[in-house]
Amino acid sequence: MLLSHRRFAALTVATVGSLTLAACGGGGFDSSSSSTSGGAGSSSTTASDTASSSSAPTGVALKMLIASSGDAETNAVKAATDAWGKATGNTVEVTVASDMDQELAQGFAGGNPADVMYMDAGKFATFAKQGSLEDYGDGFTDNDKFFESLRKTFTYDGKQYCVPKDFSALALQINTTMWKDAGLTDSDIPTTWDQLVAVSKKLTEGKVAGLGIGIGIDRLGAFVVQNGGWWLNADNTGGAAADAKVTDALKFVQDNVKAGNFKMSNDLGAGWGGEAFGKQLSAMTIEGNWIAGAMKNDYPDVKYKSVELPAGPAGKGTLMFTQCWGLAADSKNKDAAKDLIKFLTTADQQMKFADAFGVMPSRTDAAETYKAKYPDDAAFVAGGAYGHGPINVPGLTDVVAELNSQLEKMATADIAGATKSFDDNAASAIGG
Amino acid sequence: MPRAKSGDPMRQPVAGWLFVTPMIVILGLFLVVPIGMALWVSVSNWTGRGTPFGGSTQFVGLKNYTDLLTKQGLARQDFMTSLRNTFFYVLGVVPLQTVLALLLAVLVNQKWLKGRTFFRTAFYFPSVVSSVAISLVFLYLFAGSGAINAMLGWFGVHGPNWFADPRGLIHLAGNGLGVWDIDKPPAALADHKVLSLSLWEWIKGPSVAMTAIMFQVIWTTAGTFMLMFLAALQDLPTEVEEAAMVDGANARQRFWNVTVPHLRPTILLVVTLGIIGTWQVFDQMYVMSQGKPGKTTLTPAYLSYQAAFTNQKWGQGAAMAFLLFILIFLLTQAQRWLLRDKDEARTRKIERAQRRAARKAVSA
Repeated sequence: MLLSHRRFAALTVATVGSLTLAACGGGGFDSSSSSTSGGAGSSSTTASDTASSSSAPTGVALKMLIASSGDAETNAVKAATDAWGKATGNTVEVTVASDMDQELAQGFAGGNPADVMYMDAGKFATFAKQGSLEDYGDGFTDNDKFFESLRKTFTYDGKQYCVPKDFSALALQINTTMWKDAGLTDSDIPTTWDQLVAVSKKLTEGKVAGLGIGIGIDRLGAFVVQNGGWWLNADNTGGAAADAKVTDALKFVQDNVKAGNFKMSNDLGAGWGGEAFGKQLSAMTIEGNWIAGAMKNDYPDVKYKSVELPAGPAGKGTLMFTQCWGLAADSKNKDAAKDLIKFLTTADQQMKFADAFGVMPSRTDAAETYKAKYPDDAAFVAGGAYGHGPINVPGLTDVVAELNSQLEKMATADIAGATKSFDDNAASAIGG
Repeated sequence: MPRAKSGDPMRQPVAGWLFVTPMIVILGLFLVVPIGMALWVSVSNWTGRGTPFGGSTQFVGLKNYTDLLTKQGLARQDFMTSLRNTFFYVLGVVPLQTVLALLLAVLVNQKWLKGRTFFRTAFYFPSVVSSVAISLVFLYLFAGSGAINAMLGWFGVHGPNWFADPRGLIHLAGNGLGVWDIDKPPAALADHKVLSLSLWEWIKGPSVAMTAIMFQVIWTTAGTFMLMFLAALQDLPTEVEEAAMVDGANARQRFWNVTVPHLRPTILLVVTLGIIGTWQVFDQMYVMSQGKPGKTTLTPAYLSYQAAFTNQKWGQGAAMAFLLFILIFLLTQAQRWLLRDKDEARTRKIERAQRRAARKAVSA
């Protein structure tokens, strides 16, 4: 009796065990299918009766993959593609990615990518090197109307791969209530590093830091640019972070963080600079034009304004973030796709996108219209003239991540060590 | 010639194959073929465009593996960091979740406990909920101004900003005990590098952020394993327990000398599954931390995903996955050997010796 009980127990355990193990094995080596993830849904239009006057082909079904910031953006893109579809007699299916990296990679690997997609400046070079992107930029209609710095950002190996969709730039946000309370006026708005330090010291009070800065090189880089430095050398063939122009800029931030008038967002207990600013943990911050939406939705009571970043020893400088309309090399309908991109990058259409979800036009002519219409954003638009794009060298993602991780705790970061290891890592990543 | 009847034993293999064919096809298609493809990718220079077979994809030997293991560089540094993190993670999670699961099982197995079904369901509940949903809840609980810190505040403890704190627990403990200063690590540890990380980095312990994730995982999985212990406990014959009582064993002795030995196979199973599951941890990192802060929540599974999908280093990502597989396999074997039934092993050893002796006697 006892024995049979035991045997049964062992059998039960073994069965449960093997089942669970099998389940584990299945999970561990999950094979991914090439289905696009759903979620926000997709739309398509039916071909209309009239073809456009252009020579673009008709009756083509294009696929587009976008990383949307929300319904406003998704709907605006769909409305634009629908309009193009109606005019040319084509259809466009817009898919919103929930994990853009993964879905892009899946499309390229499967040999069946979306024809047109959002392509981030920091990632495009990796895909360009891989051969996944069509280099249609150089001969594109009105190419010279786009900001030159943005076009340069999408240039790899001497070829401009795609045209910029829009851009954002960093500026200085000031909490106007705190500004007044500290006895500061418009004439005190900092235009140099010294003035920035002076006002931030005045604004630092109790738990409130004068200037809150988001962590990582996407904010710290602005100081580097203002000091005339850059993480990589001029022709992107190696690291230049150990250069004094870079390390001095970082030390400038570090000294002020140690003094307490600058504080990094993680030390303020915030996920990013805008959160700390919205919660009034910092009187100033450095963010891009996306902060407008966050302030309006999450912190509507905080009064603030954006001004241009103060100039450093080497003059004005900011960072620009941008995406382009990527065209897949494996697309079977490149002509139609190019015609769609042409439609989406007209000055009119860029203004429509700007109205719908607050991005800034990547065309100089549209940017002028934008500046006139949204004077509060003038500081961001101004950045287009002197801003620096992100690091756009293939295969550097993990090298940049390592630098970011080293600079996470800014107050105690070993700047000399971090920048040197960045240069070493960049050398081996670019060289080998 | 008579026709073979359907009951002909010669025809049964055909029927057998017919029945297993769907499973073989499914397993082959979704398990064997992908593993084979991944193995090929791990020894190739596939860039992630088009098929990995043909085109410009070439065989590069063990380069992806040596980059991770023997070549000085960022790839090895990241991989070793992820192994270090996961080692401390496993070390914390597996014993705790096993003990907690066992305690919970014993608790809800008590006859005197009212509402046992309710507690069983409640403890098992976290296992049924999606780990992504739980991760999001824990993000809020452990936020700098979250519920956990508010609770610590009642006791006058100023809680850390959990998910932004990369400091290691062993570093902190040493700092607290005055063994070292966390900001100025002793040169003996900081200056010696083994496999791209300094000794100081190796002994870091789980970071505060990782500890928060460990709490979550223990809380979630203890319920699952509780169920396995419970199944085994319910199988423990009452007679045995009663016999122990008659012999005058108190509750504690009964637990250690009757219940625990009875549960040995289940403990082995739970620890094995625990080790496999914890080394593969991915969901929590993907949702909660993405390896941050300071790469202290980087795990091999997440790093492998990142290498492939974000950095487009597919060969390296696949190589990491296989190294992780080998590591888990070795650890599971070692663990089986450690937890083997020592009496049984001894008996078998003696039997073997006797047989050898007998053979010798015969041949002699």
